[in-house]
Amino acid sequence: MTGAEAANALFVATILTYAAAMFAYALEYAFDKRASKAVGEKELVAAGNAVIDRGTSADSADSGAESAPITPSAARGAGRIGLVLTFLGTAALAASIITRVVYTGRWPWGNMFEYTVGVALAGMVTWLVLVSRGTVPRRLGLFATFAVTMVLGTSVRVYTEAGPLVPALDSYWIIIHVTAAIAASGILLIGCVFAILHLIKRRYDRQVSDGKPIRFPLNIAERLPDATALERLTFKIHVFAFPLLTFGIFAGSVWAHFAWGRYWNWDPKEVWAFIAWVVYAAYLHARVSGKSMKANAPWIAILGYAVMIFNLTAVNLVFDGLHSYSGV
Amino acid sequence: MSTTEAKPRPTGPNNPGPRKSRPLKRLKSFGRRWWHQLTSMRTALLLLLALALAAIPGSTFPQRSVSPTDVDGYYTEHPDLAPFLDKLWAFDVYTSPWFSAIYLLLMVSLVGCIIPRLRVHLKALRAAPPQAPKRMEILPYHRSLAAGANQGRARAVLKQRRWRHVVREDDDGTVTVAAEKGYLRESGNLLFHTSIIFILVGVAVGSLFSWYGNRILSEGAASGFCNNLQQYDDYGLGAYVDETDLPRFCLQLDSFKAEFTDGGPTAYDAQVSYENEDETGSYNLRVNHPLSFDGTDVFLIGHGYTAVVTYTDRYGNTQTARQPFLAMDAALNSEGAFKFPDANYNPDTGEVDQDAETGFDAILVPTYDDSTQMLIGSEPELNNPVLALTAYQGNLGLADGQPESVYSINEDQIASGNLDQLNDEVEVIGVGDTMELEDGSSLSFDAVEQYAVLQVRHDPGGPIVLAGAVILLTALLPTLAVRRRRYWIRWNPDGTVETAGLGRNDFDGLDEECDELTALIAPDFEPPGQTESDADEPIGSKS
Ligand code: HEM
Repeated sequence: MTGAEAANALFVATILTYAAAMFAYALEYAFDKRASKAVGEKELVAAGNAVIDRGTSADSADSGAESAPITPSAARGAGRIGLVLTFLGTAALAASIITRVVYTGRWPWGNMFEYTVGVALAGMVTWLVLVSRGTVPRRLGLFATFAVTMVLGTSVRVYTEAGPLVPALDSYWIIIHVTAAIAASGILLIGCVFAILHLIKRRYDRQVSDGKPIRFPLNIAERLPDATALERLTFKIHVFAFPLLTFGIFAGSVWAHFAWGRYWNWDPKEVWAFIAWVVYAAYLHARVSGKSMKANAPWIAILGYAVMIFNLTAVNLVFDGLHSYSGV
Repeated sequence: MSTTEAKPRPTGPNNPGPRKSRPLKRLKSFGRRWWHQLTSMRTALLLLLALALAAIPGSTFPQRSVSPTDVDGYYTEHPDLAPFLDKLWAFDVYTSPWFSAIYLLLMVSLVGCIIPRLRVHLKALRAAPPQAPKRMEILPYHRSLAAGANQGRARAVLKQRRWRHVVREDDDGTVTVAAEKGYLRESGNLLFHTSIIFILVGVAVGSLFSWYGNRILSEGAASGFCNNLQQYDDYGLGAYVDETDLPRFCLQLDSFKAEFTDGGPTAYDAQVSYENEDETGSYNLRVNHPLSFDGTDVFLIGHGYTAVVTYTDRYGNTQTARQPFLAMDAALNSEGAFKFPDANYNPDTGEVDQDAETGFDAILVPTYDDSTQMLIGSEPELNNPVLALTAYQGNLGLADGQPESVYSINEDQIASGNLDQLNDEVEVIGVGDTMELEDGSSLSFDAVEQYAVLQVRHDPGGPIVLAGAVILLTALLPTLAVRRRRYWIRWNPDGTVETAGLGRNDFDGLDEECDELTALIAPDFEPPGQTESDADEPIGSKS
């Protein structure tokens, strides 16, 4: 097996492992009734360093449990397996990237496929850090693995054989600039997931307080943590990622000076990075601009990630600019 | 600080004021109202989103500042739409009045935001932390202690933990220690917002005082050039640049090497020699490694092939042309033209034969694969270079004074019949081969050389922008990471002790931190367990 084949095999293993993890989380999410609405508000409250869901009440004799295909404790076991699988899948993904590095003898961010895989890794690592610190309940891994698996699935569509780099990319700035951009994109991916979860939960809460019936898909929100806690976590993730994004753009601009002779060219990639940055700055402002604006803030965060995705996909594939390194 | 709060207005329905307010006063109040509106956070937010929206067309339409040729291309492709779009500045988005209007408004809003905040912050930096509210229990963190808090210890702990604090004694015997921490957040925030203005000033300086020139430089002393606008293929000058002030230096390309792996370039390596003022030297110019002449940088931004051909006219006179070709794709299949307007000089008449100007449209294929029907190659290396030629004779149309491309034969001349196409099918010749024309003249393909694409640029705004960006980044971290909070401890006349805390921005862990302080100050204090004061009301969200 060549290095490229090994990298690809590990890549496929990652996707399969994540898919299995997603299934395990789904079991926990659906059948561990412990942390459902039976639990009092208190446990859902973010206190101190934010365990947003403690789920301490041992309410396993929940009436729903009898009709459920598996018991709550089995569901929790599934969740633990899901977490282990997530760690394994992430290790396989990292190994796949390292294999590529060894095989190509260069830094692994040379084309759109590699970039996308990097974003997936960064997103999953972010998630695992949050779970390990107890900031988020394990069962929400369902949404994180789903988002990351989607990213990996997208990367397959732009798969490129591992090859050498064009001269403009042959610089240590690639490490600095692209790593920062990848890390920011991965963290923001998780931030976007939480923004969406917050909006779902908020909607759910409103339906409940209006006494309206809850239908699919809103009923999944029943098991989500408190809407306020979700919103604050969304904010914290964005606050962490924003300086990274800023630094990534800054490093890109320094690199552009050396590679293209001009620190800012209004090349489509730069235009859209600028737009994303401005949208995220708007998000940070929206959160402190009064109640009604704060309510809109999660939408702005999602808009920000839509811009990021657009910048990665459409700008690489459709627009014609200096950043034409996608290799597709 | 919230800039959204409406300030009480001098006149209004609730505040009758003098009925006959003079127009000047009305204007003033109108102005003030608009000023508040403009400098409100909400407006800043909308302007930010508007700026994002306004930047979009710059990526969908070709921009003059980036590539004037793409704009020309757009004109030919959409002759009806282009002039209309041009009227809307679609090809100059980032200098358009509407884009400028948005960012200027944002800047005004920013300045209007920074100045009052700066004043408040400077005052706060010098002032003692404010007094606790009378009813401390309304604060997000609040504890009542039986006793056991020692004032001296309180001051020592706060000092050691670097809280700015002050002790106040009331007439009734109440003693309060007020403490505050995290001023760096606001300092960083103000510096961050100021740095944006700094960056914009740098960009403005750049657009007024910078200049650049692009130049295709073929190998050899004969192709060398000196810094002078006439020597550039295209150039741009800032409004305040005097072209006679350009620094003096000369450059020549001694050799150029491109390395390829698997059909893609992996390294360009240009050996150049230069001469400036009284110094000469040589430099290994590579991508990402510009050559600097104090403040003016020479960048290697691309490369391509130069075809060397010799035309032998019908009278046996020869002339050699070195013609750079423009790459059409990643495999460096390139297009170009050879023009010989003064060939076929008739020694008998002493004139160039009527309608015997000769030109060739050519495609240079670096690796020609003769086993297929395809002309266009798929590899950029010079493994089997060929020229695919179409010859023309007649009037090349060079004398009419119109500027025209050196990379193609004037199509108008062909269309108008002033130029005759001599071969219907392109003739493909390799290095050393010759294409024979009917009139006995011939073109031989001598060699392929390399050229480098250089960009020479001087931008005095660059260092300002760089400094601004570094400040922006450094200031951003405390802006986001530092938590601004207040803590009070009060000894009431009745002997009870209360502590309270307030986060001035939205963050977690206020209770923990305050409990820790309280425990240090009052060793008997037992922090209560889980509380919910922290999360169901995000503290400080109104900041
Ligand atoms: C070019 C435009 C601007 C950009 C890129 C920008 C960016 C930022 C960023 C990144 C933050 C940090 C967010 C945070 O602390 O959570 C911030 C905070 C802030 N900005 Fe701006 N800003 C801009 C314009 C303005 C304007 C015009 C105002 C005045 C209305 C303003 C007022 C503030 C305030 C008051 C904060 C502090 C928020 C807090 O309490 O945390 N900004 N800004």
